[in-house]
Amino acid sequence: MFHWLEQRPFFFAVMLFLTVAFAGFIEIIPDFAKASQPTVGTKPHTVLELAGRQVYIKDSCNACHSQLIRPFKSETDRYGMYSLSGEYAYDRPFLWGSKRTGPDLHRVGNYRTTDWHENHMMDPASVVPGSIMPKYPHMFTNIADLATAYANANTQKEVFGVPYDTPGMPKLGSWKEAKAQALEDAKKVAAEMKNQNVKDMVAAGKVPEIVALIAYLNSLK
Amino acid sequence: MQSNAQLEYDYSVVKLFTFTTILFGIIGMLIGVILAFQLAFPELSNLFGEYGTFSRLRPIHTNGVAFGFTLSGIFATWYYVGQRTLKMSLSESPFLMKVAKLHFWLYFITILLAVVTLILGITTSKEYAELEWPLDLLIVVWWVLWGVAMFGMIGMRRERAIYVSIWYYMSSFLAVAMLFIFNNMEVPTFFWSGDAPSSIMHSISMYSGTNDALVQWWYGHNAVAFVFTTPIIAMIYYFLPKESGQPVFSYKLSVLAFWGLMFVYLWAGGHHLVYSTVPDWMQTMGSVMSVVLILPSWGSAINMLLTMKGEWQQLQTSPLIKFMILASTFYMLSTIEGPIQAIKSVNAIAHFTDWIPGHVHDGTLGWVGFMIMAALYHMAPRIFKRELYSKKLMDTQFWLQTTGIVLYFTSMWIAGITQGMMWRAYDEYGSLLYSFIDTVEVLHPYYTLRGIGGLFYLIGFFMFAYNMYKTATSGRVLDKEPAYASPMAS
Repeated sequence: MFHWLEQRPFFFAVMLFLTVAFAGFIEIIPDFAKASQPTVGTKPHTVLELAGRQVYIKDSCNACHSQLIRPFKSETDRYGMYSLSGEYAYDRPFLWGSKRTGPDLHRVGNYRTTDWHENHMMDPASVVPGSIMPKYPHMFTNIADLATAYANANTQKEVFGVPYDTPGMPKLGSWKEAKAQALEDAKKVAAEMKNQNVKDMVAAGKVPEIVALIAYLNSLK
Repeated sequence: MQSNAQLEYDYSVVKLFTFTTILFGIIGMLIGVILAFQLAFPELSNLFGEYGTFSRLRPIHTNGVAFGFTLSGIFATWYYVGQRTLKMSLSESPFLMKVAKLHFWLYFITILLAVVTLILGITTSKEYAELEWPLDLLIVVWWVLWGVAMFGMIGMRRERAIYVSIWYYMSSFLAVAMLFIFNNMEVPTFFWSGDAPSSIMHSISMYSGTNDALVQWWYGHNAVAFVFTTPIIAMIYYFLPKESGQPVFSYKLSVLAFWGLMFVYLWAGGHHLVYSTVPDWMQTMGSVMSVVLILPSWGSAINMLLTMKGEWQQLQTSPLIKFMILASTFYMLSTIEGPIQAIKSVNAIAHFTDWIPGHVHDGTLGWVGFMIMAALYHMAPRIFKRELYSKKLMDTQFWLQTTGIVLYFTSMWIAGITQGMMWRAYDEYGSLLYSFIDTVEVLHPYYTLRGIGGLFYLIGFFMFAYNMYKTATSGRVLDKEPAYASPMAS
């Protein structure tokens, strides 16, 4: 049979494809629907948080930080309750990471504050002596992309049926409404910060990346 | 044409891809060394503002070496091995020649755009699939062009049966096409932005959360399989017998190892998700199949080592044979190491630690890097029709890079296991013994050693680049193509 195939590249390629694809069909199809059910209480991110999540992705925080607490005592003691599938139901893309050069962040909102993040992002070693994390001062001046965050949320709503604008869930509405709401949320974060520049920018209607990122990190619980 | 008439193979596309193999190799590995030293000396992360941080540079390193260096090497050798084992010349078909050239230029532009977008932070965050949707579309175009060239060349062949190397190149083409398309299914958010001035480049994944993770690692693991493994096996099946003048040890073993690898490899993706929230049976399946994977992997490697049976003295005389044999040996090392890490209880310690990049690098530096460089060295006298410039330099390069690899993986083994054990250590009162930062500070010497190992490898790569350049420009001109062992000046 193999000799026969090796002289007929077309059939060879077909056999090859079926052999390779087989595992994917078996593995991926069955549990797909089940794994995407949200856990009770899981909410989609607000526009400001999504803008922060985009900053997290832009600067590849996931290259060094995981968002996946494994079911071991040593992990639940350090990071909190182990992660559940449904908690990720609205995560597009997922951000589990594959390397912990720094600690896990899946529930960082439970034990770090706005103030802590502000100091830490400006100069990590000032809060954690010995830290090897880079400094991120540019996040204090770069403006967060709220418009894309809105497009992100609206795509989730329109294309994937994520329940924005339903009772008990974050409000999205039009771009204008969403922008006003994001600015409101940003003011609350900025009120807890001490960087005058950041406060001035938010007061002037601009949201620096750091504010959005902190809103996102605080939402990880 | 008579079957015994001399065919003039056309190497113009081979030369182009050879050039980018070296160019992207230098860029990708240089960034790798910078990253390594940034972990040891974090102040290096802040030299170029937001564009020089570890986090921004890391995807450029992975994409640069995987899709810049390695893919270039794969394409260069494909257009060389393809023509020769199929007994056809690209110059016989102006159409395929155009396809191949277009394939090169679109590919080259894509990689340049990849560097630019990644440095600007335009990324999807999915590992080895970071490029945003417009670039993904571009990739699909030249991947299809490669397929057209491949099957077009096969269609024109004079050799009835297709050789083992062609099986493996074909598998790369088909599997990566499938994996890439499914993992990069994404929705550009621009089209649902209402009147918000949003970015055209942004997209979100078709899958969410756990499903996204499952598809990502089905892709991520097997991108490794079909970029870092099968095309490299294709190379060794051609270049080792050619360079040594020895026939492949066993045809049966080739068949068994090939179809075994094809069937088993895809299952193993689940080992990236052990103890995560994907269904338990998939994690177990990932572990089990990873162990089964030893058989076809070692099948190929042993087939190659036994090809040298009775001719081991060539290791002393030819640095090229040394590169290939060590590549095969590193392939065996990394395909026994991977399954060990996939066992659940080992994975509990190894996952998230430096042992994982350690494992990746003994495979990529030792197996992929060595094999591609050996292939290019073997091709050089045939495509430039000149003698290899310096055997001595090649020998020095070999030992320097081998030392570099050993430093790299030993330091990362120690670092990974140390950190994995520290994360789970308890004191006598039942509290965690170490804070996270304790487990980072302890790694400093290993990070430094790894940086030095990487630097050795990079210096070796510059020697390779120089040797290739000198061969192409000032090697002694050959009047006739060498049959087996590549001629080299001392």
